[in-house]
Amino acid sequence: MLVSDRASPLLLTMLASRPALAASTTIRTVYLARLREVFASRGEALTLAADAATVADVLDTLRARGGAWAVELAPGRAVRVAVNHTLAPPATRVRNGDEVALFPPVTGG
Amino acid sequence: MPVRVQTSDFDAGREIAALRAGDARVGAVASFIGTVRDLSDATAVSGLTLEHYPGMTEKALEAILADARARFDIFDGLVIHRVGELKPTDQIVLVVVTSAHRGDAFDACRFLMDYLKTKAPFWKRESTTAGDRWVEARAGDDDAAARWDATR
Repeated sequence: MLVSDRASPLLLTMLASRPALAASTTIRTVYLARLREVFASRGEALTLAADAATVADVLDTLRARGGAWAVELAPGRAVRVAVNHTLAPPATRVRNGDEVALFPPVTGG
Repeated sequence: MPVRVQTSDFDAGREIAALRAGDARVGAVASFIGTVRDLSDATAVSGLTLEHYPGMTEKALEAILADARARFDIFDGLVIHRVGELKPTDQIVLVVVTSAHRGDAFDACRFLMDYLKTKAPFWKRESTTAGDRWVEARAGDDDAAARWDATR
């Protein structure tokens, strides 16, 4: 979660009472295969600053963490993204409650 | 147009018989079986673990089958893909297509495998003498799928 634990109770109350106007988007991420291992996470709740967030914003937000996130999600690295179980290009909008999965190119068959 | 993701093995003969049972329109059945090899990039492979993305996998396979039905003159199709722990010689995937004639049956079968290899969320992890490793996607797989995009 990117909601700061220093946020005032008043601000949190305001956000909670005006969900339609809150300038943020909260999604659920899923990390699969090799990315699950290098991120040491199966997924998380992630709050994005933008209320008109896209897949590109999700990648930017995660990349800004540095470390393995910056390495694996660096521009030019082959990362696939699915929004609500459908492959999605960077410009795809993400909305509150969406499931956004990040994974390496597939290798089945 | 059934799709199945399962840990258990499959019997291709039984699946083909079921798919074309009682359908006298069928004049051609094409099928493909992918199996586990014991060698990958010159390294001995002792086993394979197949991971997938539950929820998306079935949806992706059904979308690929629907695409095949739109592109080719076929009656029916079947995709079975195994997940979990596999060993060399094990069966991984089965694709079966029924049609009136061989041309559409062959083409649809190849299309299904080419698209499955680039669009269905499965990942292979190999156990080798040098340790475990995730299989890297091959550029040739993207090329094979792109060939169909050009003929859409």
